[in-house]
Amino acid sequence: MTALVKEAAVQRALSLDIRSVSHHYDIAGVRFEVLDDISLSLEPGEFVALLGPSGCGKSTLLRLAAGLERPRTGTLLEDNTEIEAPDPSRLLVFQDPTLFPWRTVRKNVATGLEARGLLPEKAHRIDEALSLVRLEDFANAYPRQLSGGMAQRVALARALVNDPGLLLLDEPFGKLDSLTRLSLQTEFLKLWQNAGFTALLVTHDVEEALLLAGRVVVLSDRPARILAEFKVPLDYPRHRDDPDFIRLRRDILHRLGVQNV
Amino acid sequence: MSDVAQTADGGAISTSVPSFSIWHPGLVAAVFWFLTAAITWGLPDVIPWGSQGLFAAMTAVGGGVLVALALTIHHLGALGRRIAYWGPWFIAVGVWFLVWEYTTAKTGWLPKPFFSPPHGLLQVYVVDWSRLLICIGYSLRLWGIGFFSGITVGFALGVALGWSARFNYWGMPVLKLIGPVPATAWIPATFYFFPTTFHASIFLVALSCGIPVAILTAAGVSQVNRAFYDVARTLGANERFLVLKVAVPAALNHVFVGLFMGLYYSFAVLVVAEMLGAKYGLGWYIAFQSAYSAYANVYATIVIMAILCSGLVKLLFVARDRLLVWQEKGLI
Repeated sequence: MTALVKEAAVQRALSLDIRSVSHHYDIAGVRFEVLDDISLSLEPGEFVALLGPSGCGKSTLLRLAAGLERPRTGTLLEDNTEIEAPDPSRLLVFQDPTLFPWRTVRKNVATGLEARGLLPEKAHRIDEALSLVRLEDFANAYPRQLSGGMAQRVALARALVNDPGLLLLDEPFGKLDSLTRLSLQTEFLKLWQNAGFTALLVTHDVEEALLLAGRVVVLSDRPARILAEFKVPLDYPRHRDDPDFIRLRRDILHRLGVQNV
Repeated sequence: MSDVAQTADGGAISTSVPSFSIWHPGLVAAVFWFLTAAITWGLPDVIPWGSQGLFAAMTAVGGGVLVALALTIHHLGALGRRIAYWGPWFIAVGVWFLVWEYTTAKTGWLPKPFFSPPHGLLQVYVVDWSRLLICIGYSLRLWGIGFFSGITVGFALGVALGWSARFNYWGMPVLKLIGPVPATAWIPATFYFFPTTFHASIFLVALSCGIPVAILTAAGVSQVNRAFYDVARTLGANERFLVLKVAVPAALNHVFVGLFMGLYYSFAVLVVAEMLGAKYGLGWYIAFQSAYSAYANVYATIVIMAILCSGLVKLLFVARDRLLVWQEKGLI
């Protein structure tokens, strides 16, 4: 575990620049505007939450940042280099764990190293990543044998084993039960504090954004525009009953159009 | 009073001598097997078939084994329980032998040459075993070369069709047009195109199993959840990795459906192919013996084919269960 943290610290956290990005889809001849002139910069090592209603285009922004799609207009830059294709330096963790069901937990975690031909020299990192998410006893289990929380932890380990400089998280705790979600949020916060990657978290849960992120960016309904940005100047670990926390939550909800809370 | 005596007796049996419990289906089965042996040996054949004594001895030994099992099966543990499961089948087979033997050899109600008693089939194996062995070898060689070359090409074609849009555009309509045509319909053309009937037969067997494998592999590959590709691409996978390590394993369930279909088609085509211009092989043997109305030989060969084919199907099931351990029991 310590070894992973040490080695990960060597991997530099990356910056992300989103410059005037707009995007639309053509579905059955109808044009759907998804993103409307989004500009956003993430410093290396920063933790930013994108908050917005369901289906507002947050996931699309992450797909663009991951390089899975190119924006219609605007550019995205990783450390001042334009993002043109997927790269293991920035990894995407989905709402569904999307584990490969035919691979054991160990082989799922090994996928990135195997795909890049790094398996021989970095095989020890797999065990370290598994112990980091406390799943070393399930290395030889198949995904169907795991609970939802365990599967999502495997998905995290599968990303972290590649020492990403930028982690893109698409509602990764969204489908978990509330208790599992709380413990995974805490675990993830520790991982971020230790490994020091840049994190961009998409969520529709205001408390999750406030518990984890240093900055919360509020998006409008589709097509998504940036409505407001909130700095979260609170120390970790944060508490939900902190007066500042409550005030921020009320302000953000107000900005999202929810009154009287 | 007698009631009391009965319950006292029953209690005594169940508590003090449980080791003498008897497997009743075994005894019933043994009775039918012994009866078969008795009439086979005791009654004369209407027309002599041969191997009468051998069949009587075999069924008598079978009956003896069943009696022994009836007395000891409860001490055999897991093996005993597995044998006991098939008890009703041992009875059914005994009854079947008895009726079969009586209606054919002993009374002639089902007449020669269209029907043969069980010891008529046995006689075929005793007399013609060496030729049958050669035929089995020839059939397995033809089937093996044809099946494995067919599924190899079919699988590669299927992956290409499922993966590449351009290949799919040109290949799929052709495959959909040719696919439903029974492989045997190509016989006249193949005998013109191939130098020997052996090569033509291999092609027909390969065609029969290659087409379902290609179609189902293509369907499987094209139905793979796109999210798997996204994940693999962000993790640094190149196209080769996406095909071999994502698309193929994800499609494997479909591939096996194609393999099972191809296996059955290949058996059918194998027999037909061998009936045309072959020198040996089970299909040839059946055609040859039918021409002489030697139906006992035909039935004896059908029994061999049934065992061979179901054995190969069983092997494919074992292979599938090993390769697909990661999923819960499939639907095939």
